[in-house]
Amino acid sequence: MSAAPEATDGAVIDVRNLHTRFGQNIVHNNISLTVHPGEIFALVGGSGCGKSTLLRTILLLQQPASGSIRVFGREVLGLNDEQALPLRRRFGVMFERGALFSALTVAENVSMVLREHTALSADLIAEVAALKIALTGLPPDAGNKYPSELSGGMRKRAALARAIALDPELLFLDEPTAGLDPLSAAGIDELVRSLRDALGLTIMLVTHDLDLLWRVADRVAVLGEGHILGMGTMTELAKMDHPIIREYFYGPRGRAASEQAWKKK
Amino acid sequence: MKRAAETISDERTARLVIETGRAFCSGVWTMRGIAQLEQQLEETVWPDSEDLLFDCSALSALDTTGAWLLHRTVRTLEQGGRHVTITHLRPEFSTLMQLIASCAMASKSPPQVPPNFLTRVGLQAWQSLQGMHGMLAFIGETAIILLRSLMQPRRIRWRPILHNLQSAGFEALPIVGLLSFLMGLVIAYQGADQLQRFGANIFIADLVGLSMLRELSPLMTAIIVAGRSGSAYAAQIGTMKVTEEIDALRTTGVGPTELLVLPKLLALVIALPLLTVYADVTGILGGMIMANSKLDVGFDVFLNRLGDAVSLSSFLTGIGKAPVFAAIIALVGCYQGFRVTGSADSVGRQTTVSVVQSIFLVILADALFSIVFNWLKI
Repeated sequence: MSAAPEATDGAVIDVRNLHTRFGQNIVHNNISLTVHPGEIFALVGGSGCGKSTLLRTILLLQQPASGSIRVFGREVLGLNDEQALPLRRRFGVMFERGALFSALTVAENVSMVLREHTALSADLIAEVAALKIALTGLPPDAGNKYPSELSGGMRKRAALARAIALDPELLFLDEPTAGLDPLSAAGIDELVRSLRDALGLTIMLVTHDLDLLWRVADRVAVLGEGHILGMGTMTELAKMDHPIIREYFYGPRGRAASEQAWKKK
Repeated sequence: MKRAAETISDERTARLVIETGRAFCSGVWTMRGIAQLEQQLEETVWPDSEDLLFDCSALSALDTTGAWLLHRTVRTLEQGGRHVTITHLRPEFSTLMQLIASCAMASKSPPQVPPNFLTRVGLQAWQSLQGMHGMLAFIGETAIILLRSLMQPRRIRWRPILHNLQSAGFEALPIVGLLSFLMGLVIAYQGADQLQRFGANIFIADLVGLSMLRELSPLMTAIIVAGRSGSAYAAQIGTMKVTEEIDALRTTGVGPTELLVLPKLLALVIALPLLTVYADVTGILGGMIMANSKLDVGFDVFLNRLGDAVSLSSFLTGIGKAPVFAAIIALVGCYQGFRVTGSADSVGRQTTVSVVQSIFLVILADALFSIVFNWLKI
């Protein structure tokens, strides 16, 4: 084991020397990163660079070849489902395509989680579910609809409502703004920030959305070629010299997003 | 970690203590600590005074559920004409309270009224009518496209037909063979006792031959294929509908009927008669083995008698039913697949419906065939 690169006491997520491969294909080659409490941490990188795989590994949905992942100070690799349960109750996850249970209405999707894990009365559960749905900016009548009756943006919000149902301390968002119109995407920006401010959440998100990065991310890690190419605030990253990072941030779209961010400041 | 650190404190539950004009909130007002408090609040008698002060200085943790409960309590009190002030709330908690208050107003969702009995009956009847109408329309559409393809044979897609022949026909050989062999065995076994009593051992060939070739082989094969392939058709097309692949096909100008339904229909119309012949053979084989061991009717004797007992027309009526059954299975399976709407649940439901419906229709068609053949004296 190499010496600890930095003090990581109290880190919410602490990934050390992670190696992942699918067959011959090496996805992660010695990745280490830490996410601090109350931070909005973003993972970016080109398609297929292993962002989602890293997320799935932290969520215990996938096993890496070697390395260590500590969440809330506990080693998560090698835990079975039963041991992982207390940890998982502190997570909220929003999947890229929503992954809402299609047989249940939106309100049932949210309240199901509450019913499974709390001892609250049915009335309070219904109210809290309605509150979570309202928090994500969905209209009240959306609660009675089935996921197949919702538009893409509404489904994202419903998925977010389910992810925050249990008041998680750690929220994972996989592509929260992908496939949304700019207005809804801006709404998600606001939402993510206000959730963090009001609930003290730690948020880890995977995204391609440069606007979202400039507006909400505290720190960003750029993944590529199996390594972390750069990590820091957006302003720090924008100054780095690595060709892939430069291409990422100074492509035509990257420049527009950064200019907009500067105007806001 | 604000809350994580504080939940370690000794107080793991939420509390509310009322003293003259003041309510002290303390402890952990979170989802896990709040269940008792919720019950307590329902029985709480609030003091009569008009002004009420909520002192939250000892509140160590607050999440959305706790904030909602506090918000709801305060709102109920205010609606009762009291004036409520919340004090000593930590800044981060008051941000949360503001967030809750800003969206709590909109959160009452209207209750859904379940439809009454008459409405349900009407809806059911209407839905079945619609289903029948849709089925007829589907059959018509398929027939037109089939005719069009037959007139331009180059447009027929042979590759998917061959693929379907393999999956619905060839791969079904073991299970069809086994079940029909057992069926022949069982019929011979059951018949053996009765025939032996009359010394009519040789008629075992008539019994097994006629029952298998005319009725049981075509029917059993159709039922097995309906369960095996009809359900697969419905599930495949249904899933494609959910993932919008059907829409993608339509927009690329390739008709889903032409690409998905016709190959399945044609392949099954070819495969099912062949499977039925195979089932005839294995069924007879089963009967023969049983006849040999139980009635001492040798293979050669059995086969000789079989030639006399079963006329060519009996064999052909059995085989002739198979293409009709095949068409029923393929059309019902595909149609139910197209009726899937949106969810995984719906895929399961339509798949079940496809199997139940195709087996029902196959048996119905078999009964009609019997009546017609009886009229025609075949």
